Amino acid sequence: MLRISGITQKFGGLVALNDVSLTFRRQDITGVIGPNGAGKTTLFNIVTGIYRQNLGTVHLDDKDISGFPPEKLAILGMVRTFQNVELFGQMTVLENVMVGLHTRSHSGILACAFKLPGHLKEERVVRERAMQWLDFVGIADLAQVEAANLPFGKGRLLEIARAMALEPRIILMDEPAAGLNSRETAELALFIRKVRESGITVALVEHDMELVMDVCDYIHVLNLGHKLAEGTPREIQENTEVISAYLGEG
Amino acid sequence: MLNKLLGFIVKRELLKFLIFAAILLLIPFFFEGGYLLNILLFVGIHTMLAIGLNLLLGFAGQISLGHAAFFGLGAYLSGILTATYSINPWLAMFMAAVVVGIMAFVIGFPILKLKGHYLAMATLGLGIIIYIAFNEAVDLTGGPSGLSGIPNLSLGHFIFDSDLKNYYLIWTFTLVTMLLSINLAHSRIGRALRAIHDSEVAARVMGVNARLLKVQIFSLSAVISAIAGSLYAHTMTFISPASFGFNFSVELLTMVVIGGLGSIYGSFLGAALLTLLPEMLRAFQDYDIVIYGLLLILMTMFMPGGLVRCFSAFVVAAISPKKPEGGKGSA
Repeated sequence: MLRISGITQKFGGLVALNDVSLTFRRQDITGVIGPNGAGKTTLFNIVTGIYRQNLGTVHLDDKDISGFPPEKLAILGMVRTFQNVELFGQMTVLENVMVGLHTRSHSGILACAFKLPGHLKEERVVRERAMQWLDFVGIADLAQVEAANLPFGKGRLLEIARAMALEPRIILMDEPAAGLNSRETAELALFIRKVRESGITVALVEHDMELVMDVCDYIHVLNLGHKLAEGTPREIQENTEVISAYLGEG
Repeated sequence: MLNKLLGFIVKRELLKFLIFAAILLLIPFFFEGGYLLNILLFVGIHTMLAIGLNLLLGFAGQISLGHAAFFGLGAYLSGILTATYSINPWLAMFMAAVVVGIMAFVIGFPILKLKGHYLAMATLGLGIIIYIAFNEAVDLTGGPSGLSGIPNLSLGHFIFDSDLKNYYLIWTFTLVTMLLSINLAHSRIGRALRAIHDSEVAARVMGVNARLLKVQIFSLSAVISAIAGSLYAHTMTFISPASFGFNFSVELLTMVVIGGLGSIYGSFLGAALLTLLPEMLRAFQDYDIVIYGLLLILMTMFMPGGLVRCFSAFVVAAISPKKPEGGKGSA
């Protein structure tokens, strides 16, 4: 599904990623883990077009998408969530999800300004579908709340609903459990599985080991910009290199 | 139920607009005085300009300190085409709008890559360059002494040559601009613009082509300003560079901020206030920019949502006293 090969990224003299290659298989939940500074988020930023890599390629279903901007990736069916939750704070919860349906509607500036009939119909469909996605994550009752006023955990769910509204083929989640309490994390695990069940490939950067070991089918381990290991959760748990990297004996 | 709610919102929006339009169109019947009508004429033009700038600043969150230049370009293009080349005023107006729109589109691509202070500086520079051009291209513009002999607009034999006629002409344009902007605000484009405002990177991840949309809205905003400029030129029949300088750009910015970022009716309120205020404060004429600056500071400190939002929050609070104050603090 998603294949990353030979990615190298330098920030000045600092090598954030050095010749990293990994694949995310279709309809798997694939985790990317590693200690702080391993380059996980950098990797996600490159894949999703936020940064441009120095070297290496990214392929989505055999299509070379290296250096594609995020808006183009969205049309190809790739979406991501953010570590710090990037919501549209001054818009309502419902409107946030409606933005997620941006690529599912096509009225231009003039059609919108003159309220052409096609636009009105589209608007109704978008609103209904957005409500369905809010239902999916169980926050439909908060539809008219301003997003900035949501508690953090609900914000995370909203971000997932917004990303799902895009009807992506692959969703990349950057530390979705960060800042959540254990009950919210358990809830999150449920949603991640639900997302996969609806046929979407999930890529996960995460610190919460419990969550990763619980939901992931396959795991890649990064350390200091290199790939250290890969395997099933069980294999990773027994890998001595991984254990020593986490305990800081490297 | 949702459809019903949506229908209700749409209807209420329309009703609000119709009441607003009716009041404005009826005003001339109640106030005979030519002086007030003359001021309200300017309120109309300023409302149009403020809405144009608001689409850019209030919705997309992109600042422009050079919007007076687009207003001026519209006025001068219209003026030169009609006064010097005797082209039909309506055609001149159309041509001015198209030329300014294309110009803004082309300039927009490099300029809107900039953010925050840098964008402010770039648009400021743009405004100043165009202002200098108005002054220096004496052959075309008449230089600092201005351009005169611009014909009024006309429909057949009906010439818009009095304040009353121009009042209806200008307010027709202004109300149409308002209605279209309200529609735009409640559409996917309006949402995409506000999304860019709140988090450009998240908007892009959602498939919003932020760069293109910002340029498009910049261009639309310039076109609205240019049309307002044409109306101004044909109403005044005389224009000079002094009306299109940096001070006026700041005045426009103040109107938008006072009325409320992202509020279309707020733009009207801001425009009305800043047009009527100087008339009342004639004594401070030379210090107007200082007063605008002060207003800007006070507004952003104490009423970041603008007058309209502050007022409606106040009304809501008054109607439902038992409800604790809503957390509108995010601005």
